Amino acid sequence: MAALYEGYTLCGLTPSQNLSNSGIQGVEPERDSDHIVVTDSRRSVTLFKVSDQKSLSSWTVKQGQTLTCSAVYNSKTKEYVAVSDSKVIRIWKEEDLHLDKAFKATVSSDIWRVHSAAELEPVVLFQTGAVRFLDSLLSAPKQPIEDVLAQEEAIRWSTNVVTESQQLVIFTTEQKGDNFLYLQRFNPNTLQKYRLEGEEPGLSPLSFSASYKDKHIRLVYLYPNGHVYQSIVPVRGLGADEGAPALPLPRSLLLALPVGEGLLEAASAQVLDEAHVAVVGLPHPSAGAGKDFLCIWNTNFQTLQAGKEMKGKIYGQLWGYSNKLFIPHGKSFSVIPYECPKSSLASALGKLRQTKTAGSKASTSVPSWNNILHEDKANPSKTAETRKTRTTRKSQSAPSLTNDQIMELIKTASVAEVQKEVEGLLSRTDVQDLQPSLGQLAAALVSRSLGEEAFYTPSILAQLVQTRCLCHSMCPDLVLLALEKKDYFLCQLCLQFFPDIPEAVTCACLKTFISMPDSDAEKVNLEPESISLMETLMAGERDPVGLQNGFSPATNDMDQAGGTEAEKKETTTPPEHICPVGLHKGVLLNEVLMTAYSDFFLLPHLKDLSPQHVVLFLRYLQFLYLKYSQDAFPQMHGLRSPTLTQIMDWVCLLLDAHFTVLAMTPEAKGLLHNLHTFVKSQVRLFSELGKIEGSLHELNKMKVNKDIGQYSIEVIELF
Amino acid sequence: MAEFKVHRVRFFDYMPTAIRAMAFNHRTERLAVARADGALEIFNFADNYFQEKVIPGQDGRAAEALCWLGQRLFSAGLNGEITEYDLENLRPRYTVEAYGGPIWSISSNSQGTLLAVGCEDGTVKIFEILEERIQFQRNLDRQKGRIISLCWHPSGTLIAAGMMDMIKIFDAESGRATHRLLVERGVGASKSREVVVWSIVFLSDHTIISGDSAGKVQVWDGLTGTLVRTHLVTKWDVLALSSSQDESSVVAGTSEGTVVQFQFLSSNVGPQDKEWVRTRTFKNHSHDVRALAHTDTAVVSGGMDTQLVVRPLLDKVEKNTQESAMRKIAFPHRSLVCCAKKAGLLLFQFPDHLELWRLGESNGHGSPGDSLPVKRKPEKLIQLKRKGEDHISCSAVSPCGGWLAYSTVSSFRLYRLQNNTISVTKVSRLPKDLRSAQQLCFSSDSTKLFASSCRSSVLVVDLNQSDCKYLHTLRPKSGSSQPVHLLCVSEDGKWLATANTDCLIHVFNLDKLKLHCTVPVYSSCPTAIAIHPTNSNLVVVHADQQIFEYSLVQKEYTEWSRKLQKRGLHPLWMERDTPITHIAFNPKNPAHIILHDTFMFCIIDQNLPLPEAKTPLYNQMTLRSLPESERIMHSHAFKICKHFQHLLCVRLLEDHSLVVVERPLLDIQSQLPAPVRQKKFAT
Repeated sequence: MAALYEGYTLCGLTPSQNLSNSGIQGVEPERDSDHIVVTDSRRSVTLFKVSDQKSLSSWTVKQGQTLTCSAVYNSKTKEYVAVSDSKVIRIWKEEDLHLDKAFKATVSSDIWRVHSAAELEPVVLFQTGAVRFLDSLLSAPKQPIEDVLAQEEAIRWSTNVVTESQQLVIFTTEQKGDNFLYLQRFNPNTLQKYRLEGEEPGLSPLSFSASYKDKHIRLVYLYPNGHVYQSIVPVRGLGADEGAPALPLPRSLLLALPVGEGLLEAASAQVLDEAHVAVVGLPHPSAGAGKDFLCIWNTNFQTLQAGKEMKGKIYGQLWGYSNKLFIPHGKSFSVIPYECPKSSLASALGKLRQTKTAGSKASTSVPSWNNILHEDKANPSKTAETRKTRTTRKSQSAPSLTNDQIMELIKTASVAEVQKEVEGLLSRTDVQDLQPSLGQLAAALVSRSLGEEAFYTPSILAQLVQTRCLCHSMCPDLVLLALEKKDYFLCQLCLQFFPDIPEAVTCACLKTFISMPDSDAEKVNLEPESISLMETLMAGERDPVGLQNGFSPATNDMDQAGGTEAEKKETTTPPEHICPVGLHKGVLLNEVLMTAYSDFFLLPHLKDLSPQHVVLFLRYLQFLYLKYSQDAFPQMHGLRSPTLTQIMDWVCLLLDAHFTVLAMTPEAKGLLHNLHTFVKSQVRLFSELGKIEGSLHELNKMKVNKDIGQYSIEVIELF
Repeated sequence: MAEFKVHRVRFFDYMPTAIRAMAFNHRTERLAVARADGALEIFNFADNYFQEKVIPGQDGRAAEALCWLGQRLFSAGLNGEITEYDLENLRPRYTVEAYGGPIWSISSNSQGTLLAVGCEDGTVKIFEILEERIQFQRNLDRQKGRIISLCWHPSGTLIAAGMMDMIKIFDAESGRATHRLLVERGVGASKSREVVVWSIVFLSDHTIISGDSAGKVQVWDGLTGTLVRTHLVTKWDVLALSSSQDESSVVAGTSEGTVVQFQFLSSNVGPQDKEWVRTRTFKNHSHDVRALAHTDTAVVSGGMDTQLVVRPLLDKVEKNTQESAMRKIAFPHRSLVCCAKKAGLLLFQFPDHLELWRLGESNGHGSPGDSLPVKRKPEKLIQLKRKGEDHISCSAVSPCGGWLAYSTVSSFRLYRLQNNTISVTKVSRLPKDLRSAQQLCFSSDSTKLFASSCRSSVLVVDLNQSDCKYLHTLRPKSGSSQPVHLLCVSEDGKWLATANTDCLIHVFNLDKLKLHCTVPVYSSCPTAIAIHPTNSNLVVVHADQQIFEYSLVQKEYTEWSRKLQKRGLHPLWMERDTPITHIAFNPKNPAHIILHDTFMFCIIDQNLPLPEAKTPLYNQMTLRSLPESERIMHSHAFKICKHFQHLLCVRLLEDHSLVVVERPLLDIQSQLPAPVRQKKFAT
C-alpha cells in the first residue's frame, strides 16, 4: 500500500505577483539521493541537502541576466551546467563562488534545456529541436544548429532516458493544437517522430512523465480533463528515415481522475513505479472540490492509495527523485517522502469478497479504503487483540529483535529459535503496525520450509494466518506448502482467512481432502467451531425429515414409486441421510465450499477429479442439502457454515464438469436420479410461483396513489 | 348505506399569512396572534385552543408587537402607530401616532399603568394608560440607533432596551440610561454587520436575557452590566424570546425554525448556584420563528410558516393525555367558504377579494371509488375586489345565487347577481343601520339577509327584486357584549339561532321577530350550530367536541342528546384536535347529521346505536370488507370518512351531491418563501 509520509519544507518560495508560477524552474538530482539542485525562474541556483533541509551553496547570475534552463549536475566532471539568456552556457564547480567568473560559452541558437544523467555526457537540446552532446558543442560553440522542428512548432517538455546501453532524449512539441513526440537516439543519430492522439479539441497534455523498462519507454501524460494516458514507445528504432511522416502513437487510458468543476489548469502526474502515479492539483475524490491535493493512484486497480492536502496554491509542478516528491505549493517548497511497496489485489481492494462470513466474525484487518481515506481508526479486530494479550503474557521479557534481524534469523536459525523470536515479535507490536512486514515474514518462512525439508513451523504460520493480515498473493506458496506437509489445520485457516485463493489451489485442496482416507482425517486437529457445526449436522442424521421449499425426497419418491416404498423408508433411514464422509473430512470440505471462486476458472480444474471422488463429493453435497432443507439449520446455529446457495452452486459446477462421465458411471445413477427429482420439484414450485405472480403485481398496483388535480367528481360510499 | 357524488374542490387558493407577533394573557388564558396582513386572532387556551375572535387586517397596518394590559390589547407597528383593539366589536378602537418613526416593540409595566414603545428614531416613549385612551407621558433619553426590543423590569423602575450592537438599561423614573451592555458581533463575514438585539427579557433578579442576530442567547447581570453566559444557538438569528411566569424557563425562537428552551437550574445539589442551562430544542417549524409565548404548560410558537404550534412541556403536563399532545393550528376555526346550494356556487373569501365559482358537472354514474368524467369544468364567475383599506371580515352568497354580501369593519356591500349573464350590480341604497357586520346569513328562500352587529344584535333585512329594506333588529335580553360568531337560519325560515363567544346561544322566532329561547349555557364555546329542517331541533357542537341536540319546540334537550351525554362520546372523537366547523342535514334522511372538521367529515345516523368506548370509531374499512348482512351488526352512529383531508368546507347541495373544499398543507407550504439555507448532510 503506497503511503505519503509527513512532509517538510525545504525552502520558502517567492512566487510571481499573480501566483501564476511558483518561481521554481527546475529540480535536478545532484551527486546522491540526498542532494538536489534547484533553479529558480530568475537568477539563482541553489544546492540543497534534502535530509538536513539546508542549502549548501547558492549561485546567482548578474542583474539583468536570467537563467533560462534549470541547472544540471554533470557527475562525470563534478560540474554544474546552466544556461543564461538562452544562449550562454555556464559551467562551474561547487567551490566557485561567483558565476560571472565561471566558464562561459555563447552558442548560435537558443537552447531549450540541458539534460544530464549520472556518469553520462550531458546533452543540449535546442529550441529548434536539434541535439548536441555538451562536449562536442563546447568544442565549437559557434557551430551552426539545424532546424528540426517546423515553423510554429514549439517544444513543450523534454527529458532524457537512460537505457542499459545508451541515453535517449525525448521531447514533446505542439503545433497548431497537435502534439508530437520526438525520440532522439544517438550513435547513430536518429530522430523518430510520433503524433499523439488528440483528446477533446483544444486540450493539450498538462504534464508528461517518462520511465524506462524492458527496452520500452513508458510515457504517462495528463490531460486537463483528468484523463491519464499511457503510451509505450519502443527504444529500438523502426529504421524510419529522416522526414518520414509522424507515426501515430497508440495510447491507453490509465486513469480517469475526477476533476471536480471545470478543467484542470495546474496539475501534474508523475510516474512513481509500474503501478503508481503521483498526481498533484486534482481534487481528492472524497474531500470536496478543492484541487490542492497530492495523491498516489494505483494504475492497476484504479484505486487511490494515499492523499495529502497541500496548503496554498498548487502550481502544477512536481518532481520525484529517490522516493521523495518535491512540490512547490503556496509559499513553500516541500519534500514529501513516499513509499510504493508492491501491492496485491487483496490489499488493493481492501475487502474480503466473502462479506457474509466475514460479517459474523470480527472485521478483517486488511485495511479498508474507507477507513484509510477518512482517517477513521478502525477498531483493531477482536481476534488480533485477544491474541495480542495472550501472547504478551507469554513472552514479555524476551529480548527484542527488529524485523530485519528476524528476517535474517529465519534464513538460518533453528525451528525453535525462529518460533520463539517470531512469537515474540507478534506479541510485542500491534498487528496493525506489523502488517506490511508480516507478508515478508510469512514468505521467508515458507521459502525456507520449501527449501529445507526439516524446517517447518506450523504454529507460527497458523498464528500469522490468524492475524488476518495475510493473503494468498502475499505468500503464494503457503497453501501448497501446508498441503504438502499435510497440515490440514493450516489449510483450513488459509481457506478461511485468505480472500484470494486461486481456483487451482482451491481445487488442489479439494482433491487432497476428498481423496484423504477418513482414518487420516480424524487424526487432524481442526478448528473446534467448524467441528461442532459438522457434529450437529451429523447428529441429526436420524431425525424426521422436514420440508423446505416444498421439497421432500420422500414425497417425490412416492409420486413415482407408490406407497410401498414409502412405507419401507419410514423404517430404514434412506442412504442419502447418512453422511458419506467422516466428521473431519466434512469440516474440511465445508471450508472448500465456503471459499470464493469464479466458476469460469474453477471448471477446468474440477475436471481433474476422478469420477469416484466426484460421486463421493456429490453425495456429500446432497447430504448437506437435505440437512439444510430439513430446517432453518444454518441460521439457527449462527456458526460459520456453507450457505444453501453455495452448496447448490457446487452441485451445478460438479455436474457441469463431469456430466458425461457421471451418466456412464453406474454408482452415480441413483444420485443423479435423486437430483433430477429435486430439480423437477423446484421447477414445479417456480411454475406455481409464476402463476401467482400476476396477482402479486396487482397487489402492488393497488397502492398507487392517484394524482388529484384541482377538481374532480368522485363517488364515495359510507357504510 | 349512503352513496354520494362528491365535488372535490382544490382550487381555493387560501393562503394564511405569516405570524408576526403574539402575546399571551396569563389571567384570561387568551393568546393574541398578529399576522403579517394585519389580522389579529384571539385563541382561548382554556377552551381547547378555540379561535374565538378574528379582527380583520387593514392595508398598511401590521402589528410588529402586541401587549396585553388586563383585558385590553395594544399593538404597535412599523407604521408608527399604537392601536388599541375593541375586542367586542372586533375592530381597532383607536390609534395613536407615537411620532417616533416605525415602532419596533411595545411593553407595559407589571402594574399596568405605563406603556413603553421603542421607536426607530432611538427613543423609548412612555404612554400613560387611561380608562379610555392612552396619553403620551415622556421620552426616555434618546439614543443613537433604533430601539428594537423592550422589556420592563417587574418592579417597574427599569427598562431594558435592545438596540443595534448593544443593550441599554434605563431608569424609568429619571429616563437616564444607567448601563450599556455591548453585544458582540458574529464571527467571520458577519463581523462587519451590526448585530441586532431582536428580543430581550428582564427578570426580577435583574438578569437580562437577550437574543440577537448573531445567533446568540446571552445572559447578563443587569445590576453590574456584565455578561454572564453566552449560548450560541444558531448560525442565523434568534428572533424571539419568552419567559415563563415563574421565571424558571426561557424559550428562544430562531430563523432555523427551532425553539430552544433554557432553564434556570442548579448544576449541583446546592440551590445557590443556579444557572441558565440550555435544555430542550423543538423543531416544529420550517421557517423563522417570529413569535413565542411561554404558557405555564406549553411553548407556543409561530412564524413565517403560518402555523401556530402549541408544544406542551412534558414536565408540566400529565403524560399521554390530550393535554400533552402537540397541536398545530394551520387553518382558521371558521368557514371562509360559502355555498349557494341551490345554484351550485362557491364563494371563497380572501382578505382583499371574493371569488365566486360555479361547480362543474358530470352526467356519468359510477360505482364507489370511481372518478367521474367531468362534463363541464368549474369556472370562476366573479372576482370581486374589496373597496377601501379594511380587509373583508365576512361574506355570504344567497342559496339561489342571486345575492352576494360582504362586510369590512367600516363598510357593508350588497350585490345583486345575474347568473345567466354574469352581471354584478351593487345595491346602492342600503339601510343606514347596516354599516358593518360580523356575521352574514341569507334565509333559504333568499328573501331575507341577517347581519349580526354590535352587542349580539342581529339586523333583519328584507330583500326583493332589486333593493332591500330594513325590517327589524333582534336583540337578546341578556345584553351580552360579546360578538356573534355563528349565525344560522332554519330551512323553513322560522328560526334564527345565534351563538356568541360568551357561549350564549339565542334562538329567535322570525315570524314573531322576537327571542324564542336561550339554550342552557355550556362551558365551552359553540363552534357550529344548525337547525334541523323538519323537526326544528338545534344541533350544537362545542370546542370541547361535545354534541348537543336541543328541541326548539319543547325547549329542552332531546332524547338522543340525553342518551349521547349519558353514554359519553367515543374517546377517539374527543381526541380530535380541530373543531367541527359546519353542520348540515340530509333532506333525504332526516336522521342524518353531516359535520366536518379539518381532517374528516362525519355522518351521524341518529337511528343507529352509539359507539361503545371499546368499539373502533373509524370502522368504514371494516364495514366495507363485510358482506351486507353483517354490516348492520357492526355499524354505529358515527360514519366517518377520512378520505378528504385539510377540509375547509363540506356542504350538501340540493341535488344531494357533496362539495368538499380541500386545501392541502403541502400546497400552502409550497407557496412559502424558501427557508434559511441549512447545511444538510452531503450538500
